Amino acid sequence: MAERRGNWDMAEDDLPVYLARPGTADQVPRQKYGGLFCNVEGAFESKTIDFDALSVGQRGSRTPRTAKRETGFDARNPAYDNKSCSGEKRGLDSPQLEIRASGGKEVLQNMRDVKSDRLLIKGGRIVNDDQSFHADIYMEDGLIKQIGDNLIVPGGVKTIEANGKMVIPGGIDIHTHFQMPYRGTTTVDDFAQGSKAALAGGTTMIVDHVIPEAGSSLMEAYDQWRQWADEKTCCDYSLHVDITHWNDSVKQEVDNLIKDKGVNSFQVYMAYKDYYQMSNSELYEVFTFLAERGGIAQVHAENGEIIAEEQARMLQMGITGPEGHVLSRPEELEAEAVFRAITIASQTNCPLYVTRVMSKSAADIISLARKKGNVVFGEPITASLGTDGTHYWSKNWAKAASFVTSPPLSPDPTTPDYLNTLLSSGDLSVTGSAHCTFSVAQKAIGKDDFTQIPEGVNGVEERMSLIWDKAVTTGKMDENMFVAVTSTNSAKILNLYPRKGRIAVGSDADLVIWDTDSIRTITAKTQQSAAEYNVFEGMELRGAPLVVICQGKIVLEDGNLHVTPGVGRFIPCSPFPDFAYKRVKARKQLAVLRAVPRGMYDGPVSEFSMSRGGTPSASARTSPTKQPVRNLHQSGFSLAGNPAPCGPPTPDDIPIRPAGRRIVVPPGGRSNITSLS
Amino acid sequence: MVERQRQRGRQKSRQASILFVGLGKPPSLVEDIMSDCRRQWNREDELPVYLAGPITTGPNQRKTYGMFSSVEGAFESKTIDFDNYAVGRKGSRTPRSRSQERVLDTGDPTGKMPSEAREESLTNSPGERDDRRPGVEVIYSSGNESPNGKSERLLIKGGRVVNDDQSLYADVYIEDGLIKQVGENLIVPGGVTVIEANGRMVIPGGIDVNTCLMKPFLGTQPVDDFLQGTKAALAGGTTMIIDHVTPQPGDSLLEAFERWQEAADKKASCDYSLHVDIPEWNETVKDELELLVQEKGINSFQLYMAYKDLYQMTDSQLYEALSFLKKLGAVVLVHAENGDLIAQEQRKILGMGITGPEGHPLSRPEELEAEAVFRAITLGNRVNCPVYITKVMSKSAADTITQARRKGSVVFGEPITASLATDGSHYWSKNWAKAAAYVTSPPLSPDPTTPDHLNTLLSCGDLQVVGSAHCAYSISQKAIGKDDFTLIPEGTNGVEERMGFVWDKAVAMGKMDENQFVAVTSTNAAKIFNLYPRKGRIAVGSDADIVIWDPENIKTITSKLQQSASEYNIFEGLECRGGPVLVLSQGRVVYEEGKLQAQQGTGRFIPRKPFPDYAYQRIKFRNQVKGKQGVIRGMYDGPVYDVIPTPKYITPAPSAKTSPTSHQPPPIRNLHQSNFSLSGAQTDDNVPRRSGHRIVAPPGGRSNITSLG
Repeated sequence: MAERRGNWDMAEDDLPVYLARPGTADQVPRQKYGGLFCNVEGAFESKTIDFDALSVGQRGSRTPRTAKRETGFDARNPAYDNKSCSGEKRGLDSPQLEIRASGGKEVLQNMRDVKSDRLLIKGGRIVNDDQSFHADIYMEDGLIKQIGDNLIVPGGVKTIEANGKMVIPGGIDIHTHFQMPYRGTTTVDDFAQGSKAALAGGTTMIVDHVIPEAGSSLMEAYDQWRQWADEKTCCDYSLHVDITHWNDSVKQEVDNLIKDKGVNSFQVYMAYKDYYQMSNSELYEVFTFLAERGGIAQVHAENGEIIAEEQARMLQMGITGPEGHVLSRPEELEAEAVFRAITIASQTNCPLYVTRVMSKSAADIISLARKKGNVVFGEPITASLGTDGTHYWSKNWAKAASFVTSPPLSPDPTTPDYLNTLLSSGDLSVTGSAHCTFSVAQKAIGKDDFTQIPEGVNGVEERMSLIWDKAVTTGKMDENMFVAVTSTNSAKILNLYPRKGRIAVGSDADLVIWDTDSIRTITAKTQQSAAEYNVFEGMELRGAPLVVICQGKIVLEDGNLHVTPGVGRFIPCSPFPDFAYKRVKARKQLAVLRAVPRGMYDGPVSEFSMSRGGTPSASARTSPTKQPVRNLHQSGFSLAGNPAPCGPPTPDDIPIRPAGRRIVVPPGGRSNITSLS
Repeated sequence: MVERQRQRGRQKSRQASILFVGLGKPPSLVEDIMSDCRRQWNREDELPVYLAGPITTGPNQRKTYGMFSSVEGAFESKTIDFDNYAVGRKGSRTPRSRSQERVLDTGDPTGKMPSEAREESLTNSPGERDDRRPGVEVIYSSGNESPNGKSERLLIKGGRVVNDDQSLYADVYIEDGLIKQVGENLIVPGGVTVIEANGRMVIPGGIDVNTCLMKPFLGTQPVDDFLQGTKAALAGGTTMIIDHVTPQPGDSLLEAFERWQEAADKKASCDYSLHVDIPEWNETVKDELELLVQEKGINSFQLYMAYKDLYQMTDSQLYEALSFLKKLGAVVLVHAENGDLIAQEQRKILGMGITGPEGHPLSRPEELEAEAVFRAITLGNRVNCPVYITKVMSKSAADTITQARRKGSVVFGEPITASLATDGSHYWSKNWAKAAAYVTSPPLSPDPTTPDHLNTLLSCGDLQVVGSAHCAYSISQKAIGKDDFTLIPEGTNGVEERMGFVWDKAVAMGKMDENQFVAVTSTNAAKIFNLYPRKGRIAVGSDADIVIWDPENIKTITSKLQQSASEYNIFEGLECRGGPVLVLSQGRVVYEEGKLQAQQGTGRFIPRKPFPDYAYQRIKFRNQVKGKQGVIRGMYDGPVYDVIPTPKYITPAPSAKTSPTSHQPPPIRNLHQSNFSLSGAQTDDNVPRRSGHRIVAPPGGRSNITSLG
């Protein structure tokens, strides 16, 4: 470092004055842009000599150059009925971006033919979760190689002119159910369809839930999901594994999954009585185990027992439509289970992740717990942030049924606003979509009985836009927080940071150029998902991805998707993510329980029978201190301030005499440590 | 200030009594007049003018004392009591300490209190005494009647009657164990015992809603049985206890109840009632509960969320139990702790080698209590049933109750003497026996600010009643768990100290006023358990369970001077301001200046009716409001996916086969809405239909009501 500084001074002096000035002036402030992850070390040195770049005046001139551009927006997909791109307005607005292939040989559409494709995003505003700054990004081989101004790039790179638009890390949808089996059928969106929808919405990574059948092997289910996903996904993915039952072999499998298979998050269920539901004791054991191994405990928090009772009651009352779903799962039950899960997690010192926060009261409990210092993360989903549960009462059965998910959407119409506020304030940490789509015909399995309706709503495609619309454009959240909740926090929890969730040198080239002004209307007709219904039907959303780059390739531009099923890689997640475990580790060291060193109690013991009654005593017979070592240093303790010599050492085990309530006096006399005064 | 008010009251009453002269009837007629007194009043016109005027105004003024203040028509008869008037007793409330033979001096040495010593010293300087607050004196008007006489007539004169809604100066006349008259210038027959209260507080006797005087633990019984326990209660100003019947799983509730009742009838020296704990849930229990509510006068039952594998119930069982008990109109008491987690923690802590009493609070952290309270309230809300949380021991549990009440839940919280007066730091005492004495469940919170917080919530009404959870075991009994804290019998003392500590920690600190004090120690309990206004109020017709309370009384709690038979007192060494000077139970003086005259077996079982208004009035209205209705829709007749009959991956479906609409007549098809088309506007058509997805279309074709537009 010291040497380099020396070099700098020398280098500057050597340069001609008219070049040296602009070079240095830019470099010094540039250093503050990126922080730790910002730049390749030494990248500055080489840049100042890039005369070409200097001469074309690209550096430092960030004024839009709209005039000389051929824009590619006329070929816009009708799906994006983008209102901001009426021709004359464009000049006044911030300019649209432009993609140029530098060597004419490379055709944009056939990027996969090129072995390593190189991309340069110029003039964008990079938005990470901590700061925003103007810089260019150079990507190669699916990685971000350089960030900064005046990058030195090899020839033949494709250049995207971002024209000051936001460049954000690609979204991570931390909760999807693609291709989920359900009673012999699967959700209509498989991994190809689902990840396509994800990319269309600006999400470049998904984390799917592996749901093993109760009683079957976790490992087999994991392998099955891997196979499905490897075949079909168009973007990177990772997996959560749901623990649907608990025993020693499952324990072993969980251990293996963490160690060898790159899974660090496991979901347990507090609902679905008689299927997936776990008792408090099991939850305690699972959490304890995960805390030891560095896993994240995800929990589906609803009180399954009360739900079962309420469902029976609803059906008995003759309520069989989708409204019975929400009536039998009132939000209190969600709040109760969240409270219980937090209590158990805090007892076991395990980080807790509450999936699908759907109601105000559940969110409030998480926020209270965070204030008390619990390590707990809440995940609202697209549906709970964007719509409410009033639709369950729709006269159209198919529409009402399409909203069925668990926990249900809250019928309180102020819920979405409230959840967005908590998300903005950081009380809720990440957003998922819980995308799990069934066709109307599949939903109709439950046409006579709401408990049979397959549960799940769409949302993977709408997630990013919806949050932008509901939280950022309303002024609740800034763009950095937007990146945090849609991408960075998820990456941190999954221990993928900074590979994912950040624009930094060395990170994966998953980027989105975000258009803050585009407005589109959500409709099932133009969506990527295969479902007939969209729960956000008719909603106008501001903000949409303009360009999506996944693994260094452009997958969305001009509203056109270019995806290749099967390119998605499995991203392994390592245990003990700092984001969750740093605090946990510190607490573990602190919270060591200690016994009080006392002399043995050697007073009278009344006779008792162990046959029945009393407090539960799992280990009454095998109490660890049955044969304690007598501490002779403490045996000088005496009764009533009389330091009389302690009698001969009393036998360790005082015999218990059978006669009714007889007081047993130790043979050595009354030298017990319990003074009665 | 008080003195001046009293002066004014005195003047007024004297005026009134003078003006009443000449009117009225013999005292024996009081009862008979009741109904036709109104007519009597209308005959005013026949009276001489000089009498008629004042009389009309008099009662009207006095009416402001409230509904329960006086026997109607009692005013009329009062003025003729010439005798009474002549000896100048009425109206002159100045202390006449010299003319009395003082019962005080014969006080039992064991009951001697610091205040008493002070008072004795004061009697030596009679000149000062008149300025000071005088002691209570009992005057037996005729020597013949013993204080324990059969039909005792008592008159408490010059006291300040404190109910939960107001305080007023009035005399209280008691006959046959009932309060017969309340008011000034009462007309009483001759030969009554007169108690000069000298302006002290006269309050309804305390009701201790939570005692366990016969709770068996591994074959041993608490050292305080019904006799010992009720004696301690009376000595502390508590005139009624509600004990827990604790049958073991498998026992008959009815038999257990009878066993408890028999024992209590034999031994109890004050009135009592019983809660019945439900150790398990099944059909026979249901029948027994019905019997207990309808024939035995029990309206409160306790459910356990703790004690895994013993008493603990699952959420489903709790739901059923709450639903059932709600139909019976009972109050559901809940022991709220998460038993599953406790069992896990206990195992963990024993595994770490912690076997002493400190393991008890470590394995039962207050979060587990708060969690269970939250769950109990949720269940209560779902079932729409009142829930009563016994033993609120921690801040977070109390806060949970507070929040639920804010949201409108019908929930009651009961802190106990121990949680209001001491904390759990003693579990770490080096003295095993001392540490073990504090063992109770939920445990005392180690947070030393807990008692203050609970007292604050009690004062502002977020917590409603105070129990003691008195369940005293001797040291040798506690020592059953000397090697394993899970075997230490649970229970602390507190029945004797209860009233004193509420006064000391809440009223003397300025958090609570005397009326609220009466409410939390007595009235609210009577209301919740449907004993009101028979208990919990000083009013005509109520039971004569009355305490004369001395706010100045200071004593230091010590096990040497307590009534309880246990060797340890967890409040040992604490100073407590406020205590009873005189206690009346069933109209008899049972405690007087440290002297206890309790009689074994005099306690009566007080039956209680279901559906107490205090808890159930809101519930009833909510029931009416909360009817749920389904949405009326045309039948769905679109395609239905063909499912495998045996469910594999599924949401719970308890009644899938018996869905009520499955055997309904086929619905009328709405032909106007039959424009459904599945594959209509899909741009992306290569997707959904894979082989193996069979779509079942109804035979009539594609005419269903679900439009996708």
